[in-house]
Amino acid sequence: MAEEAYNSSSEMKGLPKVLVLGPPLSFSSLQPLYSHKFHFLKPHLSDLSLQHFLQIHHPPSIAAILCSPNYSVTAEVLRLLPSLRLLVTTSIGTDHIDLRECRRRGIQVTSAGAIFSEDVADMAVALLIDGMRKISAADRWLRTQNRHNTPWHLFPLGSKLSGKQVGIVGLGRIGMEVAKRLEPFGCIISYNSKHKKTTVSYPFYPTVVELATNCGVLVLCCELNEQTKHIINREVMLALGKGGFIVNIGRGGLIDEKELVKCLMEGEIGGAGLDVFENEPRVPQELFEMNNVVLSPHAAAITEESFMNMCEVAGGNLEAFFSNKPLISPVTLPE
Amino acid sequence: MESIGVLLVGRVMPYLEQELDKRFKLFRVWDYPNPAQLPSQHVAAIRAVVGSSSAGADAALIEALPKLEIVSSFSVGVDKIDQEKCREKGIRVTNTPDVLTDEVADLTIGLILALLRRICECDRYVRSGQWKHGNYKLTTKFSGKTVGIIGLGRIGQAIAKRAEGFQCPISYYSRTEKQDSKYKYYPSVVELASNCDILVVACALTEETHHIINREVINALGPKGYLINIGRGKHVDEPELVSALVEGRLGGAGLDVFENEPAVPEELFGLENVVLLPHVGSATVETRTAMADLVLGNLEAHFLGKPLLTPLV
Repeated sequence: MAEEAYNSSSEMKGLPKVLVLGPPLSFSSLQPLYSHKFHFLKPHLSDLSLQHFLQIHHPPSIAAILCSPNYSVTAEVLRLLPSLRLLVTTSIGTDHIDLRECRRRGIQVTSAGAIFSEDVADMAVALLIDGMRKISAADRWLRTQNRHNTPWHLFPLGSKLSGKQVGIVGLGRIGMEVAKRLEPFGCIISYNSKHKKTTVSYPFYPTVVELATNCGVLVLCCELNEQTKHIINREVMLALGKGGFIVNIGRGGLIDEKELVKCLMEGEIGGAGLDVFENEPRVPQELFEMNNVVLSPHAAAITEESFMNMCEVAGGNLEAFFSNKPLISPVTLPE
Repeated sequence: MESIGVLLVGRVMPYLEQELDKRFKLFRVWDYPNPAQLPSQHVAAIRAVVGSSSAGADAALIEALPKLEIVSSFSVGVDKIDQEKCREKGIRVTNTPDVLTDEVADLTIGLILALLRRICECDRYVRSGQWKHGNYKLTTKFSGKTVGIIGLGRIGQAIAKRAEGFQCPISYYSRTEKQDSKYKYYPSVVELASNCDILVVACALTEETHHIINREVINALGPKGYLINIGRGKHVDEPELVSALVEGRLGGAGLDVFENEPAVPEELFGLENVVLLPHVGSATVETRTAMADLVLGNLEAHFLGKPLLTPLV
């Protein structure tokens, strides 16, 4: 019976199969655009486990996966698909994928590439200005306390951004876009990255602690991997200092979140603008009482414009793969 | 100079108030039951007025202070000072230009981002626990959007420079076209509004620019357009703005100033497509201190017979 279902659905369509894991947020927009080109298999609509779902759909015929950034594509998942050759994630981040296993198996991986860089950089600057100038705090104050006619001169002063030393952790595409935006504000940019970039004139610091010692602001723009997990720890935060501000638009795991909360409560750092957290959507309750933090629900890339681009890039990579053309946004896999 | 009377007519940062108190004989307008009728001994001593963005020196006050020699404003905008009257009576007027230019421009970009990317709403979304039940909706990209600036003075140019970092095409309206400007000029505010995504008010408040943002301009900006006001509340016909927002004829507004501060139209509190700020354009410790030093420096220069630092009159 399972064989019949496979035969009728697959052969009727004759379309290449794409296993959808998650599903990605953009799938509802992507599906209508590409359902005439691909046969999307949707385990999320089934009560079955992934293993059982795949038994109905003849795993050896599945060459591609489309996944969301919160679906863990482990070696076990990959093992279920012996003929898998392509993994398309709708995110820039690939920390949810066992990239080593993909490399070992010869599976190509594509991400969202550069399409979000501008929106994510915009968010980094938004969180930074909001934190320094207390924009969300002021809007909140005006909508609540001011209705009791609290005089405006009693609202606390913010901190000047122009001329601040800003340290960028990870000077990749997004880091460069952030730097580009902050330069006209008169911010002085320096950075830490895995390797010094010869094409860039910003001062390089070989460790994040040295970067933090010499800056008043840190903007985290690097990917999350074994080397960068908890790269922002207590030592870094103490080096940044009491007036220091941290912006995180990378991954929650870049910061030791418990330490961050402690440092904020003790006044060891000035404030933070956070779009990502270690256990989303859970956010440490202590942050809700603070006026020197601004919190965002992992929304850095979630604009109407990015959404449309996300569908095009994901669909475009699938099309390229199945027509033997070069992939649009392939990810370099680690050794 | 401790015998020189200085009348403080608006609220200023504690540092400035303390320094004025230390250096001069300070009178605070809010200490009087009827500010329109100051005691005659005080009136006789007052040779300077220190104002702010919310209070200045109108004709009545100037007439009431026969010994007045200088009005020093703790702001760059002097729309609350009757400059003509001051000129007539030989009273000097100073303000605080340049020291707050970057600050106001920084806030303007922050306000645009907060509005388009719904930063305040997202912060509320997380703090109220709603994120546990689903993601926040799609917001609007800022990079690449056309920014139209009314008034290409110091602040307008500083805003343009920052917006260029986001690849935003810049256009502007001002009384006369700036020959050396690389930005696109429109001869009317309506045309500017029709051709930009984000309209920023960055000019001085004068009789000509009162309600420069009216129904026609708001409609030209439209349901996908955004208004940012970091000028003065009276640049905008506020009831018109409110009805446009409530009716969906305008995409959204970021407002640092209001027609009758500290009053904010109630209807705005219920909207998610507005960002409301309590006039914080220059509100950082660093900048307010620099502004305060400029006020003190101007007063000192005047009373020591030296050239004023930043005179307008």
